[in-house]
Parts: sequence; C-alpha cells; structure tokens
Amino acid sequence: MAISTVDLQAAAGAAAPTPKPARRQKFRFITNTKTLIGLIILGFYVLLAIFGPMIAPYDPDARGDVLQSPPTSAHWFGTTHLGQDIFSQVLAGARGVVYVGLLAGLVATALAVIIGVSSGYLANTGGEALSALSNVFLVIPALPLIIIVASILPTVSNTIIGLVIGLTSWAWGARVLRAQTLSLRGRDYVDAAKATGESTWRIIFFELLPNLTAVIASGFVGTVIFAVLSEITLAFIGVADPTVWNWGTILFWAQSQQALAQGAWWWFVPAGLAIAVLGTALSLINFGIDEIVNPRLRNAGRIKGKSVRMRIGFTPVLGKENR
Amino acid sequence: MSYLLRRIVFYVFTAWAAITINFFLPRLMPGDPVQALIAKEQGQLSTDAVHSLYVLFGLDKQQPLWQQYVDYWGQLLHGDLGLSFTFFPTPVSEVISSSLPWTLILVGVTTVCSFMLGTGLGVLAGWRRGSWVDLVLPVTTFISSVPYFWFGLIMIELLAGPNSFFPSSGGYDPGVVPGWDIDFIGSAVQHSLLPALTILISSMSGWILSMRNMMVTVSSEDYITVAHAKGLSDRRVMLSYAARNALLPNVSGFALSLGLIVGGTLLVEIVFSFPGVGFQLFQAVGAKDYPLMQGIFLIITLSVLAANFIADLAYLVLDPRTRKEG
Amino acid sequence: MAEPLIEIKNLNVDYGLGDDAVHAVSDVTLTLHRGEVLGLAGESGSGKSTLAYGMTRLLPPPGVVAGGEVIYHDPERGPYDVLSLTNNELRDFRWAETSIVFQGAMNSLNPVHRIGSQLTDVIRAHDPRSSKEARLARARELLTLVGIPSDRLDSYPHQLSGGMRQRVMIGMALALEPKVVIMDEPTTALDVVMQRQILGELVQLRERLGFSVLFITHDLSLLVEFSDRIAIMYGGRIVEQAPAKEIYTDSYHPYSAGLLGSFPALRGPKRELTGIPGSPPHPGFREYQTLVMCRAGSEFSRKGAVPCRRLYSKVEPGGPAGHADRVRFPPAVPEILRAVRAGPPGARCARCSRRFGQRGGLLAAPRPLTRVSTLEEIRWKPLPRR
Repeated sequence: MAISTVDLQAAAGAAAPTPKPARRQKFRFITNTKTLIGLIILGFYVLLAIFGPMIAPYDPDARGDVLQSPPTSAHWFGTTHLGQDIFSQVLAGARGVVYVGLLAGLVATALAVIIGVSSGYLANTGGEALSALSNVFLVIPALPLIIIVASILPTVSNTIIGLVIGLTSWAWGARVLRAQTLSLRGRDYVDAAKATGESTWRIIFFELLPNLTAVIASGFVGTVIFAVLSEITLAFIGVADPTVWNWGTILFWAQSQQALAQGAWWWFVPAGLAIAVLGTALSLINFGIDEIVNPRLRNAGRIKGKSVRMRIGFTPVLGKENR
Repeated sequence: MSYLLRRIVFYVFTAWAAITINFFLPRLMPGDPVQALIAKEQGQLSTDAVHSLYVLFGLDKQQPLWQQYVDYWGQLLHGDLGLSFTFFPTPVSEVISSSLPWTLILVGVTTVCSFMLGTGLGVLAGWRRGSWVDLVLPVTTFISSVPYFWFGLIMIELLAGPNSFFPSSGGYDPGVVPGWDIDFIGSAVQHSLLPALTILISSMSGWILSMRNMMVTVSSEDYITVAHAKGLSDRRVMLSYAARNALLPNVSGFALSLGLIVGGTLLVEIVFSFPGVGFQLFQAVGAKDYPLMQGIFLIITLSVLAANFIADLAYLVLDPRTRKEG
Repeated sequence: MAEPLIEIKNLNVDYGLGDDAVHAVSDVTLTLHRGEVLGLAGESGSGKSTLAYGMTRLLPPPGVVAGGEVIYHDPERGPYDVLSLTNNELRDFRWAETSIVFQGAMNSLNPVHRIGSQLTDVIRAHDPRSSKEARLARARELLTLVGIPSDRLDSYPHQLSGGMRQRVMIGMALALEPKVVIMDEPTTALDVVMQRQILGELVQLRERLGFSVLFITHDLSLLVEFSDRIAIMYGGRIVEQAPAKEIYTDSYHPYSAGLLGSFPALRGPKRELTGIPGSPPHPGFREYQTLVMCRAGSEFSRKGAVPCRRLYSKVEPGGPAGHADRVRFPPAVPEILRAVRAGPPGARCARCSRRFGQRGGLLAAPRPLTRVSTLEEIRWKPLPRR
C-alpha cells in the first residue's frame, strides 16, 4: 500500500507541503484503500436492497416445476425443495438485511452517544450510574436475550427485530464513547469553553461531538455488523417470521429441509457468502476508520516499486542492505 | 484488594440486573402463552408445579408486583425454575443440568484455546508487520465476518459425511451408553471435534486482529524503543516487552466480549445437534417452551459472569498496577 | 578532547519515502569527541531528537535514514559505520557502546516488570555468561550510583516518582559502561530543582567514568552551564557550532541569539526575555531552511516573511577564533528583508508568498513558495483592492 500524503502529514505531526500542486483533501477517509473497497461493496449492497426485489427474475415464494435443482442457466443459484428460485430469494432478502442492520445501527448508535457521552461528561453519580448500566448490558449475553425477547413478542416484523437488536446492543459503543469523552473532557479547549461560560449542551454538541465523529462512525459500523449477524441468526433459528425473506430465512429452510444431508450446497452457500461479504465490507470500513484515528496501524510504504520494510527499532537505511 | 472488591460488587449487581430482567420480561409479554400451555397440560401438572409457573410468569395478577418479586426470588433461591414443556414433566433445572456440562466443556475449552492461539498469532502478525504475514489479515477479516453457524454448515459439508471420521451431529454415538468409560469419552471427543474446530476457527480470527492492532499500538511506546536501544534480542522485546503489555487490553477485551462469543458459539451447537444448552434453547424456541428459555438465559448469563470474574483475576495477576501493596 | 569518538557525516533523515518525504534532518555533519559533553539545542521540531534517533536507527516508522554515515571510533576494533551494521551487530553495539536516556521518563520503563529485571535483562543480553547474582549485584550498584536505595530493585515503575524513574533510566544507561550516553531532553518532565540535582550528579558521574555525552535540549542556558561545546539545530540543519562560552557571548546565527534570548541566564545581570517570533517551519520544502532563516532574523512578523535562498550553506573552515564549522550568512539577507518590509505602499512582493507561516492543517497543504535570493530579483505587484 502506498503511503499517501495524509499518512505522512499525520505521522510527521505537521502538515507537510507537497511539491505537487496543492490539492484539498476534504474526504480523506476515501484515500484509505480499505475504506474505499468497503464503501464500494456496501454501496452495491444498498443498491441490492433498493432494487433487489424488483430485479428478481422470479417471485421468491412461487413454487416451480424444477425441484431442488443445482444451479442452471434458468436458476442461477438453483432451486429449493418446492422449486422456488434461490437467486430471487437472495435478491429479495437483501432489503430486510440492510434495513434491519441500518435501523439497529441507528438506534444503538443514538443510545450509545446519549449514554456514553453524558456518562463521560457528567462527572457525578448520574454519570457513574449510566456507566454501570452500560457495563451491565455489555456483560449480559446479548444474543440469547434478543432471542428470548423476540420469541416472547407476538409479532416479529423487520422493524421490531431492528428495534430489539438496537435496544440491546448499544453498550459497547457507549463504553468506547465514554472513555473517549473522559479523555476529551480534560483537554484545554473544553476548559476554555467552560471558562467562557458556554452551556453544557453547547460544549457537548459543538466541542465534544465533532471530535468523536470517528469513534461514533466506527461504533455504528460495528453495531451494523452485529445487527446483521443477529438478525440472520434469529431468522435461522426460526424466531423471525419465516415468510419474510432474508438470508437467514433461506438458511432456515435449507437447514429444516436437510439441504446438507442431500448435498444441496447451492441452497446455503450463496446466502452465507452474501452475509460474509457484507460483513467483510463493513469490517474494512472500520479498519479504515481505525487507521485514520490511530496512524500507527498504517502499513509500511514502498519506494519505486521496491518495498522498504518499516520496522520499529531498526530504522531502514536507504541504499544499504540491513540484515 | 479494592479492585477485586469493586469487580465483585459489579458482578453481584449485574447478576441482580439479569435476574430482574428475567422477572419482568414475561410480565411485559402480551397474552398468556404460558397460561395456554398450562391449560393444555391440565391434569398432568401437580398443583406445586402450576404454582411455581404462576410465580415465575406473573400469572397471579391479584398479588402486588413487589410480592411477586419476593416470591420469584424465593423460588429462584430454591433452584426452582419451573417445568419444561419440551421435556415434560422434567423440571427446567434438571434439563439444564444435563446439557450444561456439554456446553461448558465445548465452549469453555474452545474459547480459551481460541483466545490463546489467536493472541499468539496476533503477536506474530503485529510484530512481523509489513512482511508476508500481512496477507493473513484479509483472510481473517473474511472469516470473522462469517456467521458461526454457517461456517459450521460448511464444515459439515466439507468434512463430515457417511464415511468420514467426523460425525455430523449429536454429542456421542447412539450405540454408546453415557458413563465415565473410554468408549463414551472417546465417542464424545470425536463428536466434539468438528464443532470445536468450527468455533475455534471462527472466533480465533477476531483475537488475531485485535492482538495484532494492540501489538502495533504498543510497539510505538517509549519502553519498546528503550528495549530496542538496549540491544535485547528480538524475541525478548517481542514477548516480554510488547506482547506482555499488549496482552492486558486484550484480556479485558476478552472479558467484555465473552457475552458476544458465547451467543455465537451456542448456535454452532444447533447446527451440529450437539446436546448442549444452545441446542436446547433452539428446541425451546421451536416449542415455545418459555420456562426453559428463561432458565437457559439465566444460566448462560451467570456462566458468563463467572467467566468474566476469572478473566478479571487473570488481569489482576498480569497487571501490577491493579495490585496495590499494603 | 581532540580525539573523535562519533563522527556523523552528511546524515539525512526523512519521514516517508519518495517524493512525499519530509526531510527532517538534512546533511548534518557533527563530531562528538572523547570525553566531551556536546550540547545539541534547537526549538521543538528542529530535528534534534530525529538526529539522535536517526543516528542510532531507533526512529519509528515512517522515519528513514536517507543517507550519510555515522562513524564510530571503537577503541578496540577501529572505526566503522554504525549505519552499515547488520541488525545483529547493531544489537551488540547498542547500549554496550552507546546508551540513551529518553525524553519520556514516565514511559521509558516497562510498566509490567520490576526495576530489577529491567536492569538485569540488558546485562544478560550482552553478557549471557554472567551469573544471576553478579547481575543483581551490578543492578544494586547502579541504583546506588544514581542515589536510589537498592531495595527499590523489587519495585514496579508505577511505584516510583518521576525523578526516581529518570534516575533509574540514567543508571540503566550506565549499566554496560558505554563510551557515549545520548540524553534526549532527560529532565524536561521534571521540576527545576530536580533537573539541576540530576544534571549535577550526571556531571560528577561523567568525571568518574569518563563517557562522552550528547545532550539534547531546547534549554540553551542549561547547555551553556553543563556542556563543553554546543551545536544549534534549526529546520533540520546544524546552523552553528561553537564552544559553549562563545555561543553565550558571541553567537553568529540570528537564531542562536534568539534562542538564548528566550531563556533567563543563571548568572549575570537581569535582561528582558525576547523570544523568537513566528513558529518553526514545516519541514518538507528543500527551500524551507531559507524561510526559517528569514524568520530567525526576527526582523519581521509572520505576515511579511520572505523566502530567500541559499542563506545557510556557507561554512567557513576554521572560521574566526580558530573554531571549525562556524556558519556564516550572506549579507544580502537583512537587506532583502528590509526591502520587502519597506516595500512601496499598496504593493506586495511578487515572488514572495504571503502564506508563509500559515499552517496547512490536515485538509489543505500550503502552496509551494517562490524564491527570491537577491535584491534584484524582487518584483512588486499591486495589492488587490478590498
């Protein structure tokens, strides 16, 4: 990976002028290769979520004459025991997955910001109580709790599942945000804002939050990963409505119809891969954010096509072979 | 030992919170599915059993809430979690105690192994940064994004089969009688290998990634530069200076994410029909067996708390700064 | 005194690679003699620490040694280039010949190991055949040497005060009786009383043990007191070298004068502190050195700064008063500065950037500057109307 200007500026602790004509780098997270790849894949999934159900070649529920067939030109991903087209099911399922992931991510991030920032900023018993609350939610195993809550509820639409996941999975983000807020609270510029008489809410919204953006973003992405996996798990074990398509539902039917025992690999491989690629894309975005926040994580650079290994403790000497 | 004391208070508080959540959840439940189930099993239930279900699920609407809460606690302290409907008329506590050892051994052993292996590989990946080891990262990222249970399905597809050494389901061979003999233990181990491998591979990648990042972060601390400047061997700087310090946040991360990991591992049991708590939870969900579900949630939470406490003790040993003299 | 111990020749240290590299240390030539205390002064960002870490190959990524030699005159093996050693040879060289006391006293010790094991592991690494008892005895001796009770061997770093930790680091630096001790702002984190105390002890130790010291600090008055010779760094280059007293009484370089003016002298009459206007340059331009010079002249404020070329590179061999390596400046500089400052009203220097001194921030890089090296090159341009 080539070292970009931004890397060097951050690394040298100063804004380094480039000999090239100056170029404003507003969207510098785009220059991170990992984030870029992640965003491109994520964009593809969002498109799938919007248009997937429309471009599906078959009705995902419609039974066909070709039962449990391997992939053919008519059915790209094969068919189920009822002759349903799996490709159409995967396309139709994208919407639910992306919707639940984003909804849960938004709910959890909002809660994490409210609870994390206020517990970090308010240095009183209220702050301590909020912190204890998030620790409790962090330690209680979320997935079994979600399963029980979802199975107790009389109806389980995508929205409800998204809300349940969001309401139970904010604790990690809150904890990270609290730690970050605690360290920001002691900074000089916050003290300066206090000294000039700015209100608490103004300080939180205008002094603290902008500096927490990266942490919030990475928390959001992390929650979306968790939400997608949880939702698919719920569908897979049959807690969610088995008539609403998502990738977990496909796996649920594949499992309950013994697809494995019959060697119908096409039934569960596409849905699983779709989940894994989505998860990978989200992880890549998070790695990119991590690297922006923590420049130490960036990779070594190259010079003229030849890699110079940056090694801590043994600074490379150009032009000399160090063994 | 104020650190330890604080942690104990926290765990007691969390256990109380989990039990209280367990108390309120069924009371928030609209409709009375449990009532319906009791009605269905009418005649086969003893009055004691009906009473305990009433207490657990708050069906006795006449009593004030606090009285219900006190009764609930009283019943829990007797170990009475009600009757399971799936394994009717076995009490929930008995059902769980038959499955818990399976899960504790499978999940416990594999989680600890995966943490240790992953941390070890993460140390290498972080230390040998910029070399070919970096190629491991995309692979581990992909694996850590795969749902555990799907990975289990793939493992079965690839490794298990009619003529394979690995059985695809169950906890032991149906022909073996459970007991402490070589046949049974051998069969149990053989049946656990594939689920264990699944959990190991899918959870290990997370530890590799986090330990690698910790190593990279710690590597730029001053004391690492000092260690290099002292001319210590690469091995000593890597293990005794970098890894030893990077381990600390990874151990506390381990404690915190136990809840998440356990959730994922329970699903592997479902795929392999492994006779553990996770598979039972799956059956309970299918049969709408609420007493069993609630009991399982409680047991899982308490186990995770216990594991957390052990991780805290480990941290105490590892970080001299938490040990206060005097 | 005359015998060289470490000769740094044309050392270049960059951050980053290729076209984007920031030249943090440019073409530095410096000699440390046997038994002397050489002070290296400069404000933050002048490259003094980068120089120390670069010459020992301890600079963290993305630091790169881009060229030059560091010749070590080994009394037993004769001279060799430290930068050409293999990693294993370098490991043996480190601490045995050159030890370092680091800037961050607080974080220089490994928090999870006892002081004793951190003192003994370095002895074991360089002398694996030594017995455990001998190593422990040596560790106790070292602690006593720096004035710490030897029962502190069993303490963890967090149980020691900042001053004690720094003493431990100094003791550790002397563990293998090295010929050179590099001290990178060893006392900045400490209070003034502690600073003097530790430095005083250090001077005594040096007289007893006879090692050379490369002392890095921004505190020039401290150097005047404790060092034999002083080198002033600015913008990645050595801009002046002279015996300590001479720097104090008769510094050549405007920046040295500025640096000296920013600290109270320990003795002598009271005088007003002047400080240096503006902020240090951004390394990265080949030209920045010149920009810096202009600022260092303290002739002008940030806004009217002029980039001027080739102000620095005149080294007078055996310059005035018989000292080597004194740097002179072409006389044109002040004239250019004055001319630009006093330029016609409503006009600005066409080839001088007004953006000098403005930080680029993370999102925008400052524009490259054009250059003016002689009075004749200045062109005037009317200022835009508001």
